[in-house]
Amino acid sequence: MQAEDFDVGAEIAALRQGATGSGAFVTFTGIVREYSSGRADGATSDKQLTAMTLEHYPGMTARTLEAIEVEARSRWPLDACLIVHRYGRLEPGANIVLVITASPHRLAAFEAAEFLVDWLKTKAPFWKLEESGAGGHWVEAKAIDDKAADRWTVAAPGPAQHRKAG
Amino acid sequence: MKLVYFAWLRERVGIPGESVTPPADVTTVGALLQWLKARGGGYAEALKDLSVVRVAVNQEYAGPDAPVRPGDEVALFPPVTGG
Repeated sequence: MQAEDFDVGAEIAALRQGATGSGAFVTFTGIVREYSSGRADGATSDKQLTAMTLEHYPGMTARTLEAIEVEARSRWPLDACLIVHRYGRLEPGANIVLVITASPHRLAAFEAAEFLVDWLKTKAPFWKLEESGAGGHWVEAKAIDDKAADRWTVAAPGPAQHRKAG
Repeated sequence: MKLVYFAWLRERVGIPGESVTPPADVTTVGALLQWLKARGGGYAEALKDLSVVRVAVNQEYAGPDAPVRPGDEVALFPPVTGG
């Protein structure tokens, strides 16, 4: 976790130094939207944001992100795995979160990246406060995010079936 | 016992955290929430709908039946919205 911005290219370059056996790097960057996340179904509203403030629970955030990474590494053959999450006040267009996975084959890297984002959205203790002309508004958790996270529990994809693919 | 509050729970309670000494019969998360709620004011407002309150004991998610002990760090917060 950090307040400062991150450089996606520099982070990938640094990870590549230590993951020379990887044939696939997948990167997800989450960015502050210009409009409120609004409705529970995930559709954006027309409320224009001036900023978004991310609050977190420092000790628990670190533990949770570590646990999520351990879980991803137990499910997929990853050579490298990085989660960077910002906190504090961020303006539209600013980076919020970066997830990078590296694996010998692309399928594991894609799936692990999706898993990491789905789980951190529903488990890591961060809260978003949207600021607009109408004042501050705490973003509500969305059922579609729970559903996205649950599919990794229900479907329980075993790493064995993915090692051959890619 | 150390209590910490986050997001709108922190705003409604009015403080980021506090030290409390609940009665001896408050031994679970559920009992602790009921005891806090009975304090009224911002606590009652923050805890009126427990379906949107999540609890962590010593930085691990905990359900209503999980034990709480003197010396624990208990965090109360809304469902998370990071990522």
